[in-house]
Amino acid sequence: MSGQWRKLGVQAGASVAAVAAAFAIGAVLMLLIGVNPGLVYARLFEGVVLNPYGVAQIFFKSTPLIFTGLAVALGFQAGLFNIGAEGQMLVGAFCAALAGFGLSMPAFLHVPVCLAAAFLGGMIWAAIPGALKIKTGAHEVITTIMMNFIAMALTSYFVVSRFHEPETVHTAAVAVTARLPRLEAFSSFFHGSPANATFFVALLACGVVSWLLWKMPLGYELRALGLSPAAAETAGIPVDRRALLAFAISGGLAGLAGTSFVLGYKHYFEDGFSAGAGFLGIAVALLGQNSPLGVVIAAFLFGGLSHGSLVINALVPKEIIEVLQALVIILVVVANQVSKRWAR
Amino acid sequence: MADPKTPLAVQMTGIVKEFARCRANDGAGLSVAKGEVHALVGENGAGKSTLMKILYGLYTPDGGDIRVGGAPVRFAGPEDAIAAGVGMVHQHFMLVPTLTVAENVVLAREPSSLGGLVFDKARAEAEVEALSKKFGLALDPKALVGDLSVGEQQRLEILKVLYRGAEILILDEPTAVLTPQETKAFFQILSGLRAQGKTVILITHKLQEVLAISHTVTVMRLGKTVGSVATAKTSEAELAQMMVGRPVLFQVERTLKDPAVIAKSPAVLELRGVTVRSSRGHDALKDVSFTVRAGEIFGVAGVEGNGQTELIELLTGLRTPGAGTMTLVGKEVDFAAASAADMFRRGVAHVPEDRHRRGLVLDYAVSENVVLGRHREPEFASTWTIDFSSVRAFAERMIKDYDIRPADPSAHAKALSGGNQQKVVVAREMSRGPKLLVASQPTRGVDVGAIELIHKKIIAARDAGAAVVLVSAELSEILSLSDTIGVLYRGAFSGILSVQRATEETIGVLMAGGKA
Repeated sequence: MSGQWRKLGVQAGASVAAVAAAFAIGAVLMLLIGVNPGLVYARLFEGVVLNPYGVAQIFFKSTPLIFTGLAVALGFQAGLFNIGAEGQMLVGAFCAALAGFGLSMPAFLHVPVCLAAAFLGGMIWAAIPGALKIKTGAHEVITTIMMNFIAMALTSYFVVSRFHEPETVHTAAVAVTARLPRLEAFSSFFHGSPANATFFVALLACGVVSWLLWKMPLGYELRALGLSPAAAETAGIPVDRRALLAFAISGGLAGLAGTSFVLGYKHYFEDGFSAGAGFLGIAVALLGQNSPLGVVIAAFLFGGLSHGSLVINALVPKEIIEVLQALVIILVVVANQVSKRWAR
Repeated sequence: MADPKTPLAVQMTGIVKEFARCRANDGAGLSVAKGEVHALVGENGAGKSTLMKILYGLYTPDGGDIRVGGAPVRFAGPEDAIAAGVGMVHQHFMLVPTLTVAENVVLAREPSSLGGLVFDKARAEAEVEALSKKFGLALDPKALVGDLSVGEQQRLEILKVLYRGAEILILDEPTAVLTPQETKAFFQILSGLRAQGKTVILITHKLQEVLAISHTVTVMRLGKTVGSVATAKTSEAELAQMMVGRPVLFQVERTLKDPAVIAKSPAVLELRGVTVRSSRGHDALKDVSFTVRAGEIFGVAGVEGNGQTELIELLTGLRTPGAGTMTLVGKEVDFAAASAADMFRRGVAHVPEDRHRRGLVLDYAVSENVVLGRHREPEFASTWTIDFSSVRAFAERMIKDYDIRPADPSAHAKALSGGNQQKVVVAREMSRGPKLLVASQPTRGVDVGAIELIHKKIIAARDAGAAVVLVSAELSEILSLSDTIGVLYRGAFSGILSVQRATEETIGVLMAGGKA
């Protein structure tokens, strides 16, 4: 077990160091444009962490990021680069909306059916590049990126000219039975925040993925595939079928990312709702070191930062937050390589 | 020991090199006299390669003193070492196959005209030709490297080092890829180099070669220098004991089987007219037929690259043949449906040639590796959970039976020495009670102690009634374990004979494509 813990410590250390270094470089940049970074960071902390509304926003903003981060992380564990979480999320969200306003059934059924539709949509969207990879060897980085563009254009077309409500770019609202409640319904702490019960679905997904990866024979096989495809093949693991399955599960998880918006917040699919949560999922997975718990923590950080951009907007252009996010990603990739050399 | 009167070409003292997890060199030393062939021997992981990479400037030592030709040196990189006259030929050749011999030799130091604008190919060829004549390294400067044999490629590597003005040549396991005949030619080259006053340091684990060609032997163990002895005054047994720290059995005990008795036992594996295409598109195996029976070890000898890899991959379901049939325990294999998993179910165990890539998941613990492929058996798992406590208990049993060190089921495979890694693979494959055991280079890069244990286990599998296909580049391994020996040459058996009729010489002739 000691090796395991050591590795965990090194990984966590790399992520923490990357975040700290990103904030330090961010401070230098702020000084260069004549802004006091101390003030900005103090305001950020106060507005996001010390303020109940800010905390509630972390829950809300991190929900889709947990799903997409988890999707990318599971892919990485199996040795696959799923860069297509954005497209899978869009297709999943659209399917959830269709099932939400198109079907009618009692709530105890309707919500699971909509979630299943979202999962299925993302899964199918990921299975296409998966099948291309195992049948032809086409690299998934290229194909999943391209599938993103197709998903964006396709959902955009459907929502603008087929399924839209007049005068809007969104679909009809999902039935009341298909909606997930806001957290403010349970606690006044969340008053005024769109944070909703999808958050708990995301946590549940983390638990399930943890179990799958580290307790089930399937996860043992997927991780073996990620670490050493030749050894997995030699040991008789059907590597092609497993890779396709990993794609499908990864895509399904990404497909769930939009349900926070569709089932829990606005209750419809809207063109351009995602704000790049699929792409940010790659960053979340990297920072979270591809572990479900790490993904939750990283999603909190990125969710908090994205709410923080509004909090500090008066002091410094909010784009500084995007700079910080980008720095975190670059530095975590650097830190991972450096720490690997140390750990050897 | 180097004669105090002759000047020392290399003197390394108190060399320390630490990596994150281990001390590869721990006060190691080496004294090489000018003009001698100095063998550096030791088990895998003893620190020989690290010491030589320090001498060649690839690693910076954490402590110690290096003198070349009497003068203290500090190399920041191989360029410095080359400038000081130290050259190294690596075990894996570093050549550009699409360039000619001359172009490879002069690479990065090309003679040129017009102030460096134009490569002077004619001059390069003339220089290389003169150099190869001087040292007796017969090579056509205009030949394409891709067309050269392994022995010729090695000569080219040596030529490259000489072209850079090396006085001290470090050769890393130079005979690992050569036939017995090529090895003899290589020994000639070594004496030629010596005649020209060059100093040679030879990293090797083949003790017979050490005795045949070196003047002095330095033995390393666990990062330290155990001692240096004059070759004339030592023996294989003494060197082996210095390497391992205890006496070593060279010949594992076994009962020789009468070929007539073997012929009566049931056939486990039958290949008929099998042709296999290699990844590069040519026929790697051509119309190959042979039978292996229960309780028989079928040794496959031959220079590497004559179809061994493809044969192994065929037997283990990793490759499908273009033609021919394969029968396993009386049932013909349907290649349309064959896979590693399928062969696995039919009772084929596989100790792969490349244990790092195919045999182990290096980032998995020993316990996880020891059930790799068996992880879905009811003993270890249900659909939803792996029973880690039974996996661990099983791993502990294997660790005990195979003396795997460290005796820690949760140690990562990559933290183990080569010998212990291989024991993990062998333990796993044997534990399945195979009907057919396919073992490829089972003791390559493995220390002497582990070799002994692995050989015993292979014999035990045979005696338990398994059929064994053993592929090895070590002729001594083939001869000491096999009941029947097949020699592969260019994708076909140039001969199949019982061990009673085989000698090192007859096999050597067959390896070169001759008739026994």
